[in-house]
Amino acid sequence: MILLLQYTLIFASVLMLVALGGCFSEHSGIVNIGLEGIMVMGALGGALVMKFLPNLSAPLMILLVVICSMALGTVYSLLLAVAAINFQADQTLVGTAMNLLGTAAATVFVKAMNTAESVDNVSSIIQYVNQKKALVVYIGKFEFNWFMLIALVLLILSYFILYKTQFGLRLMACGEHPQAADSVGINVYKMRYAGVLISGMLGGLGGIVYITAGVSEWKFENGVAGFGFLALAVMIFGQWKPHNIALAALLFGMLRALSNVYTAFDFLAALNLPGNLYNMLPYIICLVVLAFTSKNSRAPKAEGIPYDKGQR
Amino acid sequence: MEQPYAIEMLHITKRFPGIIANDDITLQLRKGEIHALLGENGAGKSTLMSVLFGLYQAEEGIIKKDGKEVQIKDPNDANDLGIGMVHQHFKLVECFSVLDNIILGVEPTTKGGVLQKAEARKKIIALSDKYGLKVDPDALVEDITVGMQQRTEIMKMLYRDNEILIFDEPTAVLTPQEIEELMQIMRNLAAEGKSILFISHKLNEIMEVADRCTVLRKGKYIGTIDIANTTREELSRMMVGRDVEFVVQKDEAKPGDVILDVQGLTVASKAHSNNAVKNVSFQVHAGEIVCIAGIDGNGQTELVYGLTGLEPVSSGTVKLEGQDITHAPIRKRSTMGMSHIPEDRHKHGLVLDYSLEYNMVLQRYFEPEFVSKAGFLKQGAIRSYAERLIDEYDVRSGQGPITIARSMSGGNQQKAIIAREIDKDPELLIAVQPTRGLDVGAIEYIHKQIVATRDAGKGVLLVSLELDEVMSLSDRILVMYEGEIVGELNPKTTTVEEMGLYMAGAKRGATSA
Repeated sequence: MILLLQYTLIFASVLMLVALGGCFSEHSGIVNIGLEGIMVMGALGGALVMKFLPNLSAPLMILLVVICSMALGTVYSLLLAVAAINFQADQTLVGTAMNLLGTAAATVFVKAMNTAESVDNVSSIIQYVNQKKALVVYIGKFEFNWFMLIALVLLILSYFILYKTQFGLRLMACGEHPQAADSVGINVYKMRYAGVLISGMLGGLGGIVYITAGVSEWKFENGVAGFGFLALAVMIFGQWKPHNIALAALLFGMLRALSNVYTAFDFLAALNLPGNLYNMLPYIICLVVLAFTSKNSRAPKAEGIPYDKGQR
Repeated sequence: MEQPYAIEMLHITKRFPGIIANDDITLQLRKGEIHALLGENGAGKSTLMSVLFGLYQAEEGIIKKDGKEVQIKDPNDANDLGIGMVHQHFKLVECFSVLDNIILGVEPTTKGGVLQKAEARKKIIALSDKYGLKVDPDALVEDITVGMQQRTEIMKMLYRDNEILIFDEPTAVLTPQEIEELMQIMRNLAAEGKSILFISHKLNEIMEVADRCTVLRKGKYIGTIDIANTTREELSRMMVGRDVEFVVQKDEAKPGDVILDVQGLTVASKAHSNNAVKNVSFQVHAGEIVCIAGIDGNGQTELVYGLTGLEPVSSGTVKLEGQDITHAPIRKRSTMGMSHIPEDRHKHGLVLDYSLEYNMVLQRYFEPEFVSKAGFLKQGAIRSYAERLIDEYDVRSGQGPITIARSMSGGNQQKAIIAREIDKDPELLIAVQPTRGLDVGAIEYIHKQIVATRDAGKGVLLVSLELDEVMSLSDRILVMYEGEIVGELNPKTTTVEEMGLYMAGAKRGATSA
C-alpha cells in the first residue's frame, strides 16, 4: 500500500510538472505537443549531471540536477518558440518534429559517449544507481523523493502566477484574444516566448523526475514512453487549470503506479492478468476519458493560431 | 473665440502601392465636441485612424495634440497621448471578468507584480457613477449583453484617463434602445470635457448626436460642416458624390399564392444545448417581401440554416410550393427554386479560391447546359454564362470571369452572389443581411434587385439587422426574439421604437402567421 502511494505520488509529480508546462504554453497561445521531446532532453541533462558529478552532497546534487534538466528543457523549447512565434510555423508539426528529434538526438549522443568510453559499449544507457540515493529520504518505509516537494511547490507557484499576478493575466489574454492584448500595449510575441520557455523548463524537470522514478538506469532509445502525451491528456482533463491538473495527475499517476506494484496486492495478483494490461491501463483510460470529456473542454481560444500583428 | 483643438491631423497623405488611401486629409477635433467622420467603405476612414494610432506612418502631413506637433509611431504612443478607441469588433477577452478586461495592460500591482484589484475596483465604481456607465466588474464578459460589453470598452478608455475617445461604428450591434443609451453616454462624456470622434456611415445617428462632421470620399477630404446647418441629404451627397434615394421605390405588394410554408419549426443550437429556433410558424407569399427583424443572435441564423438545409431541423415542417422539403438535401431545395444569399458570403456564398465563373455556376454546373454527358465541364458555356451575368449585374473585377473570387471587393463579391442567385429564377429568395458591410451605392443597387425579384412574382424572405433596411424594404415584418417570432408588424403603421421594444423582448404580440 505504501508502495502504491509512493509510486502514485512520484508519477503524479511527473505528470503534474509536464502538464503545468503545457498549461503555461497553451495559455500563451502556443500548442506544445513537443513535451515528450522536451522531457527526453531534460532527462538527459539531469542524467549527465549524475553521471559526471557522482560525488556531490545530496542538496547540491538535487540543485544541479534540477537546474541542468530545466536548462536543457528550456533551450530545447526555444526550437518551438522560434519556429512557432517568429516563423509562424504549424505548431503541431513543429511539436511532432521535436518529439522525433528529442529521442533520436539523445540516443545518438549517449551512444557516442558510451562508445568513446569503451569501444564495446554501444548501448544508449546511463546508470545512476548510487547518485539516485541523494534524491530520496526514507520516512519509515515510505521512500520520500525530494522531487515530490518540488512539484508541490511549483504547483502552488503556478496557480499563484496564473491567477494572481500581472504576468498571468497578460499571458492568458495572449492565449485567448491576442489582438485584445496587443491593443492594450502587451507584446504578444514576448508573452508567448515566456509561455513556451516556462513549458520547456517544467517539461525538462518532469523528464528527469520520470527517469529516476522507478529505475536506476535509463535507456534513451525508449524516450519517455509517451509520458509527454499523457501529460497533455492530464492538462486537457484538468481543463488548463493548475488545481484540476493536480487532481488529474494523481488519477493517472495512480494508474501508472499500479503497473509497478500490482503484484503486491493479493486480489490483483490472484486475477492473474498479464502485466502488460496494467502497463496499458493509463493510456487506455486516457483515451476513454478524453473521448468523453474533450467535447466540453475549454481550450484557450487562440491556441495554435500564429499571431500576426498585421492581421486585424 | 473657437474652442481649442484637442487633436489635429493636418494634410495627411498616405499611399499604398497603386492607391492613395488618404490624399491631403485634414481633421480637427475640438475639445469637448462630438465630431463625426463620415465616408463610404474604402473612403479612407480606417487608414486615417490607423495613422492616428501609429499603425501606419503618413508620408506627408503632421499630427498636433493641443497645438503641439507630436510623433505617433505605435499604438503605445497614441495611448500615452490619451487617445483611446472602441473598436467595431470588441477587443475583450471573453473568459475574463469585466474588471480584468478593463485593467489589462495597466494593471495596478505591487512591486513584485501581484495584482491589486481592490484599487481598480474603487476607480471603476467611481467612474461608473460619474459618467452613468453601468458595468458589473465581476461578471464574465461572455455572460453579459453586447451593450454592457461596449460599456466595458468605453470604461477601458476612461480607466486609462483617455481624453480623446474614438468610436468605430459603435451602433452596428445595438438595439434602438441601446443606441439611444449610447448617444446619451456620448453626450455625457463630451459634457465632461472628453473629445469624441464618431466614425459612422449612418446619417441619422450623426444628425442626432454630432456637433460637426468631416466627410471623406475615395481617399479625399470633401469638407467639414456644422451639423446644425446641414441636412441628411446634403451629407449623403457629400459622401457619395451624387443624390441617393433613401426610400426604396416600390409599389404596393400584390401577395399571391403561398410559396414558403413553415409550421412549428424547431432548430437546435450548435453553440448551446437549448433550441435556437423554437416552434416558429409563418408563411411567405409570392410577390411579397417578408422581413425577419431582430438583434443578432436571436435565432435568425439558425432559422435560415433550417430552411436552407445547412442544419437539420429538430421538428416541424417546411413546405416549398406545397412540397415538403423539411429533410430534403440542399441541392433538391436549390433545384426546386430556393435561392439563398447567405449571411457569411465567404463561408457559404463563394469558394474564395475559385474563379468568378466557377463560382457563378456552383449550383448549376451539373445541368446539361454546363456539363457534357461524359462528365466534362463545358468551359465555353460557363465562360459565356459568366460573362453575361457580369455584364447584366455590373460585377466589377480585375480579370473578368477568371478573376479569383478572393481578390474581389466585398461589394462585388456580394453582387456576384446576387447575380447567381437571382438569375437562376427562383420561386423563393432567402436573403440574409444582403447589404452587410456595403456602401450606400451598392446597397441602393441590391435593394432595387430585391424589389425587382418581388415584382416578378417571387417570394422574398429577408433577414436583416439594419432597421432602416427593414422599414424601407419589407411588406411584412416578423420580429424574432430568443428563437421565437414575437410580433408581426406592418412597416407602414409601425415605428422603429415599437419594433425596438419587440426586438428587446419588452413587448410581445399575437402573431397571426
